[in-house]
Amino acid sequence: MSTAAETVQPVARPASRSRAFRKSRFGRILLRSPFYFLIIIIFIYALFPFVWAIRSSITPDNALFATPLQYFPKHPTLDNYKAAFQTDFFWHSLINSAVVAITVTLLSLLVGSLAAYALGRFRFRGRGFVMYLMLSMTIFPQIAILGALYTMVAGNNLGFGIHLPNIYDTKWALILTYLIFTLPFTVWVLTSFMKALPRDLEEAAYVDGATPIQVFYKVLLPLIAPGLVTTGLLAFIAAWNEYLFALSFIQTPTNYTVPIAITSFVGKSGSAFQQPWGEIMAATVIVTIPLIVLVLVLQKRILAGLTAGAVKG
Amino acid sequence: MSSVATPAPTGRRKAGRNLQARQTRLAWLLLLPALVVVAFVAIYPLGKTLYQSFTDQEFLQTTPTHWVGFDNYCCGPLSLRHDTIFWQSVWQTIKFTLITVSFEFALGLIIALVVNSSFKGRGVMRAIMLVPWAIPTVVAAQMWKWMLDDTFGVVNDAAHRLHLSDGRTAFISDPHTALAAVSAVDIWKTTPFVALLLLAGLQVIPGDLYEAAEMDGASQLQQFWKITLPLLAPAILVTLIFRTLDALRVFDVFYVFFGNRADTQTMAIYNQQTIVGSGYVGYGSAISVAIFLIISLFVIIYVTFLRVTDE
Repeated sequence: MSTAAETVQPVARPASRSRAFRKSRFGRILLRSPFYFLIIIIFIYALFPFVWAIRSSITPDNALFATPLQYFPKHPTLDNYKAAFQTDFFWHSLINSAVVAITVTLLSLLVGSLAAYALGRFRFRGRGFVMYLMLSMTIFPQIAILGALYTMVAGNNLGFGIHLPNIYDTKWALILTYLIFTLPFTVWVLTSFMKALPRDLEEAAYVDGATPIQVFYKVLLPLIAPGLVTTGLLAFIAAWNEYLFALSFIQTPTNYTVPIAITSFVGKSGSAFQQPWGEIMAATVIVTIPLIVLVLVLQKRILAGLTAGAVKG
Repeated sequence: MSSVATPAPTGRRKAGRNLQARQTRLAWLLLLPALVVVAFVAIYPLGKTLYQSFTDQEFLQTTPTHWVGFDNYCCGPLSLRHDTIFWQSVWQTIKFTLITVSFEFALGLIIALVVNSSFKGRGVMRAIMLVPWAIPTVVAAQMWKWMLDDTFGVVNDAAHRLHLSDGRTAFISDPHTALAAVSAVDIWKTTPFVALLLLAGLQVIPGDLYEAAEMDGASQLQQFWKITLPLLAPAILVTLIFRTLDALRVFDVFYVFFGNRADTQTMAIYNQQTIVGSGYVGYGSAISVAIFLIISLFVIIYVTFLRVTDE
């Protein structure tokens, strides 16, 4: 392993021809070339659909709907982007999705970090049960409660004289139901962050006369900030991408979220037969770019959160 | 904290017990909001779904709802047992799950092994792998739907230029290729994610194991079978469980590709259409319960399998 041993080796063992070839610069590149070929394939495979979406979004309609295809548009244009933004529900959907996703994220972090504080830093009977409950909720199929949620959202009699308000076709229907998949996951991951902090961390603060709540937000919360960023980001992406509930609980075009808007474009003639693919591709590029930026900037955090969620599950 | 209380006088022990009681109370208080949310948006709806599945409830109906017992499941005019569309959707979903999970696992493992070796640009590579995972499934589905278009799609154009076909394949509307087309989107979107999970597992395997194997003259292939695969087994199982559960509840890609076309419905789409499209809340709830049971069955299979391999 030491450099001395390495320099001695060739002398000790007469180098064969193939060995010399393998050690040479040219040989090394040649032997590694299938490997790099594989890397390039993976690269193209992962990125091609985006490249194609961008290409289609800047291709004018007369070239877009013509064969044989132009792989690089001869007269690139931004008309499709203009058209996408002029579709009134598209602007609304960006704002709606942002409001819903941010609210869901903040609620999950607030409620989830309090729960994680209890589960990660206290010992009490029933703790194991709550942990199991949260874990089973993370793999819970949302479709299984669609029927009940549908009637609840439309204003339901809970019994005991309690009537739920009718929140069908409002953001609240989405915010409340999205908590099903964001909250248990948030609790689960934040608890593992809380647990990882040293055991005697709070004691100094308690000696100084701090209350448990002060300990929570002055000592613990700043320390699990990376965990908050990770889980917050994952909750945001999950809420931003959700389709089933949005499709079921939202009706008015101005209340659409991004996934519904993306599937709702109709051509100028109003016929569903000819879909305005240039416009649709422009819209997909617009909604994808913020996510790509977010992922590229915070990729380490996301990876940490994903593997924490999966490996500890 | 309580470990300080060594052979303590009774007064101190009492204080300790008091402290414990106070801590317990505080802990439950902190948990309260989360438990209320879970009870309200998950546990209550689950119970309600179960209840509704024994009724003939319809959305916005004028006649009162009746308790119909097991009619929705076995014996009524509209019952799961005789509902061929439902069973077709179950079969469709299971086929989709088997296809996508096996492809994603095989491709994901190859990619994980490639990215695990060190090369220039490894960081960039890993970031790029996250991109398909992060974009909305609906957006991915739209991109692919356009790529697979029967006249202006790039896949058809490329196939035509390479003389592989006449360039007119209707991938999405042709029942023979529909499942393959929709699987391609899911495989594209999820394989990198599977690779990243497996990569996390690969990176925990200590490197000196390979060094030792190298010393003993083990070939690369032997190293893979005897070291990598056994040590990766836990990560593989967790990944497979997550992917299977996800695939079984697939909705987005199918809905974007086919709408509610009968021959390509998945369980989730048939369920959503019955409840929201037709307004049959009672019968739809029975479908929900059936889906829940089917998914639970898969969980049980996996968990027992995990237990067996643990021993």
